[in-house]
Amino acid sequence: MCLGIPGQIVELIDPENMMAKVEVAGVKRPVNIACIVDEAHPPEACVGDWVLVHVGFAMSRIDHEEAERTLEILAELGDLQEEQAAMQEGAR
Amino acid sequence: MKYVDEFRDPAKARALVKEITALYEKIPAAHQGPLQLMEFCGGHTHTIFRYGIEQLLPDWIELVHGPGCPVCVLPMGRVDDCVALAERPDVIFTTFGDAMRVPGSKKSLLQAKAEGADVRMVYSPMDALQLAKKHPDRQVIFFALGFETTMPSTALTVLQAEREGIENFSLFCNHITTVPTIKAILDSPDMRIDGFLAPGHVSMVVGEQPFQFVAQHYHRPIVITGFEPLDILQSIWMLLRQMADGRCEVENQYARVVASRGNTAGLQAIAQVFELREFFEWRGLGSIDHSGVRMRPEYARFDAEQKFSVPNLRITDPKSCQCGEVLKGAIRPWQCKVFGTGCTPETPMGALMVSSEGACAAYYNFGDLQELLQRREKEVVHA
Repeated sequence: MCLGIPGQIVELIDPENMMAKVEVAGVKRPVNIACIVDEAHPPEACVGDWVLVHVGFAMSRIDHEEAERTLEILAELGDLQEEQAAMQEGAR
Repeated sequence: MKYVDEFRDPAKARALVKEITALYEKIPAAHQGPLQLMEFCGGHTHTIFRYGIEQLLPDWIELVHGPGCPVCVLPMGRVDDCVALAERPDVIFTTFGDAMRVPGSKKSLLQAKAEGADVRMVYSPMDALQLAKKHPDRQVIFFALGFETTMPSTALTVLQAEREGIENFSLFCNHITTVPTIKAILDSPDMRIDGFLAPGHVSMVVGEQPFQFVAQHYHRPIVITGFEPLDILQSIWMLLRQMADGRCEVENQYARVVASRGNTAGLQAIAQVFELREFFEWRGLGSIDHSGVRMRPEYARFDAEQKFSVPNLRITDPKSCQCGEVLKGAIRPWQCKVFGTGCTPETPMGALMVSSEGACAAYYNFGDLQELLQRREKEVVHA
């Protein structure tokens, strides 16, 4: 819940409701991007962004290196598979 | 050093440990007895155990594992309320997976599900909202849990439900707040914490400013900390540097994720949907002023507590369970009478054994269980 998981925004699904598709370690699912959007960075500018996803919401933009490192740590902590399984469950 | 080779950058870890050790001479307080540094967040606790960080540190530094695991501090009465809501025939009760096994006074949500209640695990509150759209004839309740990190997500989900006019969706709101809880810890007479590692992802939402009181009014250094083992070592070093220099400040070690002003959109959504409760009950810590939020009256129709009647009874924790003392740092997890015997991750009695972020589960999973139990035996004999 509190660690979050890094992913990359691959396309916008529903800009009005701030929904985008995010790929997280091979799993794609809809993610809300309201918290990383502002006037200087509208939804259209978000495609390609690496973000930290908490319970289906992108909460922070991060750089690619940070994303890779966090994925490694999650795998080492044994949290990665659990998180992926939960995401897939929710995506159905 | 036993564990350091597992670090991403072992050389850097070694250098940090060396610098930490060298600071002893410059910190007079450390000569009076071990310094107690509290990591508030359960995520930090998890990393500390996984990488054996305590074993790397000199013995004049003690890490106290704080109450920052929302599943662990959930009082039994609240779990009973969840079960009561879930057992209503018209309800689909949705929850994050880690809340399923928390024991209530009679049963957990997992047991209620086995007995026929419609309890479903979801990854996101948005998934619960989707379920509500799919089942317009049922009431879908989402068990909203967590500190400020998850508050924007539930607030934004409620705002979307309002926008789309989805009336069969509601939250059972059990969000808790970080700052009043740190204040309660600092005000408690039996605690002596010398410095804090502040939770990284709570800070990502709330920013640096809310932690200023720790430095300014309580004169304790506090460092916002990331979740990698190196982050934690570096933050401990930063805390000790402040002590050596005689400074008390909020420092941000996790600036690559945490903006000093926090997350504006997230804070707006929180302020729009939630308001502070006068107090909230914590397992082990009792009632803490302003330590939880409820939904504003404008959103009453999305509030399960107002929409349905919940029993809302206070249930005292089992007598033999010492989660409270562990949370306050008064005893170490393995010193609890039921640790590893009456209370295990498979059959938890106390909440700290339920979640992998709980201090007891961490000791159980990563410590040498036999050795810990023997140590407890010896202490009992000598007591």
